[in-house]
Amino acid sequence: MKRAHGFYSVPYVLWLALFVIAPLVLIVYQSFFNISGQFTFDNYKLYLSSGTYLRMTLNSVWYALLITALTLLISYPTAYWLSQTKHKQLWLLLIILPTWINLLLKAYAFIGIFSQGGSVNRFLQFFGFGAHQLLFTNTSFILVAAYIEIPFMILPIFNAIDELKPSLLNASKDLGATNWQTFSKVVFPLTLDGVKAGVQAVFIPSLSLFMLTRLIGGNKVITLGTAIEEHFLVTQNWGMGSTIGVVLIIAMIAIMFLTGERKKRGR
Amino acid sequence: MKRFRWQNIYLALVFLVLYIPIFYLIFYSFSQGHNMNHFSGFTWAHYQELFQDQRMIEIVLDTLLVALLSSLLATIIGLLGALVIHRVKKPMWKNTLLSLNNILMVSPDVIIGASFLIFFTFLGFKLGFGSVLLSHIAFSIPIVVLMVLPKLNEMNTSLVDAARDLGATQPQVFSRVVLPYIAPGIFAGFFMAFTYSLDDFAVTFFVTGNGFETLAVEIYARARQGISLEINALSALMFLFSLVLVAGYYVLNQYNSSKKGRKRRMEANHNR
Repeated sequence: MKRAHGFYSVPYVLWLALFVIAPLVLIVYQSFFNISGQFTFDNYKLYLSSGTYLRMTLNSVWYALLITALTLLISYPTAYWLSQTKHKQLWLLLIILPTWINLLLKAYAFIGIFSQGGSVNRFLQFFGFGAHQLLFTNTSFILVAAYIEIPFMILPIFNAIDELKPSLLNASKDLGATNWQTFSKVVFPLTLDGVKAGVQAVFIPSLSLFMLTRLIGGNKVITLGTAIEEHFLVTQNWGMGSTIGVVLIIAMIAIMFLTGERKKRGR
Repeated sequence: MKRFRWQNIYLALVFLVLYIPIFYLIFYSFSQGHNMNHFSGFTWAHYQELFQDQRMIEIVLDTLLVALLSSLLATIIGLLGALVIHRVKKPMWKNTLLSLNNILMVSPDVIIGASFLIFFTFLGFKLGFGSVLLSHIAFSIPIVVLMVLPKLNEMNTSLVDAARDLGATQPQVFSRVVLPYIAPGIFAGFFMAFTYSLDDFAVTFFVTGNGFETLAVEIYARARQGISLEINALSALMFLFSLVLVAGYYVLNQYNSSKKGRKRRMEANHNR
């Protein structure tokens, strides 16, 4: 019995050691080396003393917040109403379907849609608003990021709502709760875990969408991800890149702590 | 009745927003022009161009191969991982394992990419197909665990006990009782893993080196140079491919649930 347990856990434990723990240790290790390979604390000193890096970090967090809020606002009602439709599994599949279209293709589509002569601008002109520069703006970055993240927010929320026992809703209604009360006192609290999972799934990637800042944001928005990509693949300064990476990891831990499952009290 | 219609309008709008960019791409793949601004006459030219693009076809096949292999292997390892976590009874250990499992789920792509790049370089592992495949397996495992684990948790332990009492061996309990019960979770995990792999750009971008490319990396390179309607033709074909896959998945699901439904109905009759 014990031996069987040990045997099948090998691949998973190996994965944990090699691809979860080792890379994390290595990125922290790398952050203490400068571009010529000497051990140093300079990367952290530079990060904390230079306004550019700190401003970039705050900016990145702010944009991720905006993207997450927009995505949640659109996704919760969608998931809620989707769960009440007939053939809901089919509809859900249709929500997931766009995620199977590569993210880069979707970004590419928006290059066309938002371009100077693209459909949004022609639509605006038709109503007499005139053409605007849409591509390479902060707004276009937020919209496209939200567009890409929506299915990842809908899915966990939908699952949480779908797992609700109908008897709870019936009980709430039998006891005289209005629709709104049932929603705010029963449905929403019970699906909060789905919301948290969705926020996790959207907020953290939003900090690192460097391809969108390049293709759609026109390098005006510099996220933490853009900075890391720049340091690793362009300037080859892995040490500074890793330092920003460590900052991003700290942000990630903070988010996990804030949205993680709390220990359930009582009972 | 009125509320019902508002909901449907909202849902229709969401679907519209989700699908307009995709159909926009497909629409212009048939245009004779060279940009996505004006539709100037119908043509198959971009598809012909695509099918003669040997390099692109190779990249598409490579991408599919990586997605299929990585999601299969990730499903196996993830399933084992879910069983391991399910077995652990001490809450502290269980939480530790779950937190470790979730690290790659919540890690930003760039962190995964950058840290894997350091990892492969540190080991002297050659960047290319192998490093991309390993990376995709690695970041797909946690989603499989998360899809399978709830099924394991909701499974009634008396089912397993009953099977053991009736003399089933450990492998029999697993293959006849546990596996059928958690199968929907495994399928969901596999499809999520497949989705992750197809959708990934950032991690691949970091660990791919020079010799090997996936579709996303290639599209990124081309999109930075501007619009080419060959990419539109490609996205139309990929969309068709996704439709076929989703239809298959749906039929499979329907089949499973109707079988379950029939069984339940039989049980109900029996009880009567």
